[in-house]
Amino acid sequence: MITAIILVVIAVGSVLFHLLSPWWWTPIASNWGYIDNTITLTFWITGSVFVAVVLFMAYCIYRFQYKEGRQAVYEPENKKLELWLTVATAIGVAIMLAPGLYVWGQFVTVPKEATELEVVGQQWQWSFRLPGKDGRLGGSDTRNVSGENPLGLHPRDPNGQDDVVVEGGEIHLPLGKPVKVVLRAIDVLHDFYVPEFRAKMDIIPGMVTYFWFTPTRTGTFDILCAELCGVGHALMRGKVMVDTETDYRAWLDQQKTFAQLSGRIQKAEGTKPVPQE
Amino acid sequence: MPITVLFLAVIMAIAGGWLLQQRLTAKPWLEEGVIGDFDGTGSLSMPAAKIGLGVFLAVIGSLFALLISAYFMRRGYADWREIRVPHVLWANTATLVLTSVALQGAKYAVSRRHLNAVRARLTAGGVFGLAFVGGQLWAWQELTASGFLVATNPSDSFFYLITGLHGLHVLGGLAALGWTAERAWRGIAAEKIQLSVDICATYWHFMLIVWLVLFSLLTGLAEDFGTLCRQLLT
Amino acid sequence: MVDVTRGAIEAIPPAEVPDVELYHPHSWIEKYVFSQDAKYIALQYSITALAIGFVALVLSWLIRLQLGFPGTFSFIDANSYYQFITMHGMIMVIYLLTALFLGGFGNYLIPLMIGARDMVFPFVNMLSYWIYLLAVLVLVSSFFVPGGPTGAGWTLYPPQSILTGTPGQEAGIVLMLVSLIIFIIGFTMGGLNYVVTVLQARARGMTLMRMPLTVWGIFTATVLALLAFPALFVACVMMLFDKLLGTSFFMPAIVAMGEHMSYRGGSPILFQHLFWFFGHPEVYIVALPAFGIVSDLISTHARRNIFGYRMMVWAIVAITALSFIVWAHHMYVSGMNPYFGFFFATTTLIIAVPTAIKVYNWVLTLWHGNIHLNVPMLFALGFIVTFVNGGLSGLFLGNVVVDVPLSDTMFVVAHFHMVMGVAPIMVIFGAIYHWYPKATGRMLNATLGKFHFWVTFLGAYLIYFPMHYLGFLGVPRRYHEMAETAFIPPTVQTLNAFITIMALIVGFAQLVFLYNLIVSAFKGEPAPSNPWRATTLEWQTEETPPGHGNFGKDLPIVYRWPYDYSVPGAKEDFIPQNVPPTPRPA
Repeated sequence: MITAIILVVIAVGSVLFHLLSPWWWTPIASNWGYIDNTITLTFWITGSVFVAVVLFMAYCIYRFQYKEGRQAVYEPENKKLELWLTVATAIGVAIMLAPGLYVWGQFVTVPKEATELEVVGQQWQWSFRLPGKDGRLGGSDTRNVSGENPLGLHPRDPNGQDDVVVEGGEIHLPLGKPVKVVLRAIDVLHDFYVPEFRAKMDIIPGMVTYFWFTPTRTGTFDILCAELCGVGHALMRGKVMVDTETDYRAWLDQQKTFAQLSGRIQKAEGTKPVPQE
Repeated sequence: MPITVLFLAVIMAIAGGWLLQQRLTAKPWLEEGVIGDFDGTGSLSMPAAKIGLGVFLAVIGSLFALLISAYFMRRGYADWREIRVPHVLWANTATLVLTSVALQGAKYAVSRRHLNAVRARLTAGGVFGLAFVGGQLWAWQELTASGFLVATNPSDSFFYLITGLHGLHVLGGLAALGWTAERAWRGIAAEKIQLSVDICATYWHFMLIVWLVLFSLLTGLAEDFGTLCRQLLT
Repeated sequence: MVDVTRGAIEAIPPAEVPDVELYHPHSWIEKYVFSQDAKYIALQYSITALAIGFVALVLSWLIRLQLGFPGTFSFIDANSYYQFITMHGMIMVIYLLTALFLGGFGNYLIPLMIGARDMVFPFVNMLSYWIYLLAVLVLVSSFFVPGGPTGAGWTLYPPQSILTGTPGQEAGIVLMLVSLIIFIIGFTMGGLNYVVTVLQARARGMTLMRMPLTVWGIFTATVLALLAFPALFVACVMMLFDKLLGTSFFMPAIVAMGEHMSYRGGSPILFQHLFWFFGHPEVYIVALPAFGIVSDLISTHARRNIFGYRMMVWAIVAITALSFIVWAHHMYVSGMNPYFGFFFATTTLIIAVPTAIKVYNWVLTLWHGNIHLNVPMLFALGFIVTFVNGGLSGLFLGNVVVDVPLSDTMFVVAHFHMVMGVAPIMVIFGAIYHWYPKATGRMLNATLGKFHFWVTFLGAYLIYFPMHYLGFLGVPRRYHEMAETAFIPPTVQTLNAFITIMALIVGFAQLVFLYNLIVSAFKGEPAPSNPWRATTLEWQTEETPPGHGNFGKDLPIVYRWPYDYSVPGAKEDFIPQNVPPTPRPA
């Protein structure tokens, strides 16, 4: 009896916890509300199954507790019931999978108008690069990385000269514009994760990975590294600031390009700056 | 990875086929009585040691299928430089074939109870097997002398790894072969060593087949096969 | 009506299948140390696994102390924290769960339940244990080398696992990889035994469809293990090469801490594919024996045949086959080809169907049963609740796009602990309470058992259920501390502290269990040979605990399936498998 009651409490308590707990997703700041919707749908289906199974168990324990002389039923199978349950489960699974795959299809298809933002991860900090006025990111290679060229850009690539390089772990983005985040690392695996954006992707040294999203509200959001990258993993933080168009322009104008940064360094070293082609 | 999945699919097909013969659709609660009433649902007629070998070969096959999958995955990267396989490898392949021939001969002889022939052929097999391992080490020595060390290029890394793992399994086979040969020389009756000889022979044939697959990979013969497959599929 | 008491069973004619040649030990060392009797080997595996598992349990307390009360304990810093979580994870998954289910329960139960005298390759079986012990010792030695054990996470992802910045990259990682390689070799030896024994040494009349689901579960899990562990083997060997010989299997061009390394062109994703090709079957290697055992626990203690036995077998076989094509659901956000996501999400959600069927069949076995709420049954019920909970949270993660925000958060930690930690552990405990009387001849104390159950079950649920919601919030995993983070409210720290307290309480309840285990061996109530009135063959042995050779002079002959409970018209509410059919009236 008590066992049955406890099971009912577990089922009901879990539902209540879900409805009343203060711990729920952070308010979304991107276009990926579809992911949230899929989660809600999944909750309805899985939640009902969990409650149904546990309450059924509670009933059985209450009703069929051992009694001397009671005969349990001898029913090795019930083809109709088993078939019905299999079909219902398959349908339930399909109902969750179909929208999930549909949204995934959107996730892997970057809109044509998206601008690029390169995120470079390293132990244990974030750097960024924007394509600059020509709209194209210059080439890069880990072998070019040096004190003067921490992002490893090709020094003579014309596309890269006007790239805006942002160090210090804080990046701004314009509101409402889709952005394709291209991800690079120069040492180990990392993952660029902003909970409010929902989208994230691992970063693999030697490869370029990507994901895309559109920021839908202004604000300041924490960047967290989401792939264990050594002892500084929890301290690898940054910030994304989503600005209105004017604020974004103002910020962008203050940033330095690759050419300016490498020219400044070479001036300090007394060598000729790289000519702009 | 598709290679490994394919390999596993083959294993699953064999297992599935066997399972189906085990009357998995039977309703056991309706069947009271002794096994004699239902055919083919008991143990297999093969000795346990042979089945054990079969399972063990499936495991080894899985290991090499995975190595081959990894090989193909890594090969797709830009820094891969095709290796030039040392010529002695061809001789080693021949030696391994001779080992299989010798052991197959030993298997034939033991079934006919010609103990002298069994001893001779087991010993020959052992000698050829040792020659194979020696030859492989010679190949390694040639490669390192030419400057192709294990870390020089991924193709070198795979060469050493693949031949090394295969060689280790061959050494294990040699140990089993040695134990069997020792019993044959000690004069133990042919019937008593027949199972060991059979198992040795099967194991060596399998290691030969694995070697032929690996060899065709390393020499690029597999490349042509792969191109052919791709042409057929597209 | 035939009286089915022992005396009425006619003399059993000699078995058709030749007896396994039984090994007879000649000295104390051969009998108890290098034993080739599967029952002793099972005991050796179990004690070693539980001992190393206890180490992992203590590590979990240290982990929770840091998460619940960050900064309070000066000896827990980022370095040691990552070492704790790595060793905790690896020990629990491989050295405890896999070894205990297959090496422990497999060795003890398979020969007894199929009516065999022992495993078919007893010498190899004996070797497999000592190789396992060697693997454990090598792993433990990594605590004592310079730099300590590896802190790369149990998944050991390169490049970080072998580079500066990750703890243990000097020696700890090498010892971990070597230990795993040794474990795999030993495990293959054991696995050969379990599979071939089930295929070849079944008693007369024991068809596959008359095997208890416990044997089905362990058998299929062993097949999985034999085919999947080579992937881990290859991954470990390659990583050792990368670390010790400077090859670039997994290592691309890297600038580590300002230093250009000599690696070139390797692929970290290759490691992930190899690791998870092993890693996903691994979770079924742990789950399938649990599925099998819990089926037998429920049917025995509910005095009811398992509902849908055929579907249960087919589901186990289907899950075994499908588990090889779902691995990349652990890699949805790894940066692999995004189109793989479609394939693996589909296969992953398909595998949910046979698993769900098993859940329905367990609860339907309770329907119209005659349920004894004893300790094994309580643990079986606890398994169902936690497995359903954990399995359902897996559906969130399996649906590729939903996994994107949730991966690498506490949601994943909550999911796998619930479904792989709590649920199988419930079965392990239930199984120990169930078979302890057979193995020792004494009953475990039921009052302590019930206390152990309620604290463990409710405590573990309270630990892991709320943890899912931290994941929804976005709290990442493998963070030794969150510090001030804008989107994380201070209530999260309160929840973390609560979870830690629950974890410590649950942990201490295990000490009660340990006490029960040890003291009952000497002072427990003497047990009859079949205290649960069960049908399967291990309960029908002449001696309790079973002697060498298990069944005395003659092997049993099997006449029926293992679930003849409450057969209509029968005198007792169970008919053991080796009882001949009642002669039908002419």
